[in-house]
Amino acid sequence: MTSAPPSPSAAESAPTVLGDHELAREPLPPGHEHGELALEVRDLWAGYPGQPPAIEAVDLRVPLGEIVGLVGPNGAGKSTLFKSILGLVEPIRGQVLAFGKPVREARALIAYMPQLEDVDWNFPVSVTDVVLMGCYQRLRPFGGWSRANREAAAEAIERVGLSRFASRQVGELSGGQRRRVLMARSIARGSRLLLLDEPFAGLDAAVQHDLLEILDALVQDGRSVLLATHDLSCVASCSDDVVCLNRRVIASGSPAAVLTEDVLSRTFDRHLLQVASFAPQFASPHPPAQVAAYDEHIAGE
Amino acid sequence: MIDWILDPYQFEFMRRALLVLLVVSVVGGVVGTFVVHKGLAFSGDALAHSTLAGVAIAFVNGANVSLGALIAAVATALGIGWTQRRGRVSYDTAIGILFVAMFSLGILVISRRTSYTPDLFSFVFGNILGVSQSDLLGALLLGAATLAFVAAFRRELSMVAYDPSMAATVGVPVRFFQYALLVLIAVAVVVALKAIGIVLVNAMLIVPAATASLVARRIEQIMVLAVALGATSSVVGLHLSFHANVATSPAIVLVACAAFAVTLAATARRRVAPTAAIPHAAADGRDA
Repeated sequence: MTSAPPSPSAAESAPTVLGDHELAREPLPPGHEHGELALEVRDLWAGYPGQPPAIEAVDLRVPLGEIVGLVGPNGAGKSTLFKSILGLVEPIRGQVLAFGKPVREARALIAYMPQLEDVDWNFPVSVTDVVLMGCYQRLRPFGGWSRANREAAAEAIERVGLSRFASRQVGELSGGQRRRVLMARSIARGSRLLLLDEPFAGLDAAVQHDLLEILDALVQDGRSVLLATHDLSCVASCSDDVVCLNRRVIASGSPAAVLTEDVLSRTFDRHLLQVASFAPQFASPHPPAQVAAYDEHIAGE
Repeated sequence: MIDWILDPYQFEFMRRALLVLLVVSVVGGVVGTFVVHKGLAFSGDALAHSTLAGVAIAFVNGANVSLGALIAAVATALGIGWTQRRGRVSYDTAIGILFVAMFSLGILVISRRTSYTPDLFSFVFGNILGVSQSDLLGALLLGAATLAFVAAFRRELSMVAYDPSMAATVGVPVRFFQYALLVLIAVAVVVALKAIGIVLVNAMLIVPAATASLVARRIEQIMVLAVALGATSSVVGLHLSFHANVATSPAIVLVACAAFAVTLAATARRRVAPTAAIPHAAADGRDA
């Protein structure tokens, strides 16, 4: 290895003197310059016309490269929160920033994975057709899918292990496979932020585990995830942060800090009887990181 | 046999009938694929019946009857789309109400005429032999516009049909395409109206596409097959009606329905097979 340059010692490596203009770090990908947040929700109120707001004063952050679990009972406003983040439901007030920009301008960076019931599985499209939909960029009459789109789709399908089923009609797939199709669609989009609505509902533990592995690999690649679920054990094991939602944010912070009996019984009202039995490690007396103001009347509803 | 096939076409009205039926088959097969797969059969029927109002009003005022039908159908399509979005009653109830309101308006207008109105009845039951040169031209133009729209926005139409919330998040104007699909059905109905008639026109949308869906699994395949089935049923029905001297549109619809029944029976065993053939066990081992 004589040809190899000598490894620079501390003395030899003269400090690089940079001009002022060079002192700035390398240009960072979008988002990094805005406090390292993939998603920031500030004081968001949203709901449907003629009804009381489904979510109130929600503050939420998804740091880059993290999985944030959104936990709450049915009707807590998880789907409404997702839809208002995505602009499908017009917020009453508040702000949503993705990578420091309004969501409208960051569309290409966000992928949304709806609940299985929101999708028409009987529609005659193949796995590849669905994954290609993730590559959609803009309305273009007579537009087709480019070769790059097709390659991205094939790669995404490979990544979730469905290559053998690529030309299968989606309705012929099992529940776990359908979720993987939707995940592949999110991957093909090349998004940096994934919003997953109940990705584990109705799946048994082993299939959940497969999906979590796929998800982990995506996060390793630098993607950020906001994941709504009412599966607490799953959120406890896979999330970096947890947000407990029941119309308002009840608490947010690390799983160990947030998933306490106190917070969970307030999040799930009276639905949750035995916290300790499913996650004893989180039934510790740790105080919740940030317990938000909690209205007694909401708990009573 | 050759005579049986060729004889009818020595008459110009039969050549014109064949042409208009081919246009109807193409438009019906393509639009019908969406109708069948989005459960819009009742909407199709409602749009067909709503045209009576436009037909009657145009007829009484001496205006272009097909144009009247088109206006009535498109207005009803927009009404259906509106109730779909902000319905305080259920969707099918709202369609049912629009349907009977428009149909009643049509009958009411006709009832004010004391004289016999054979032309109007040709719209209700179809009169393939009454298809004029200008009817054929109108069908061709509307059919071409429909096909061009579907070809131009096939990605968007599929995305909105499959998963509207995802489509909205990636920037597809979902509301526009939901309305557009209803307008496409309205136009397809009008294309077929003179030849097939208000009462049976919905059959040209749903029957060939339903038959094709029994054997094909992808939207493009279903469309092509539905067009082929519609065209075959039309030609066979047209010849049957010519030689047996019976009304054309019910002959066509019965042939199409027979094809559906035969296909249903022939694929009865196969329908189970695709699911059973998927090696769930090998793929996941768990989530079958």
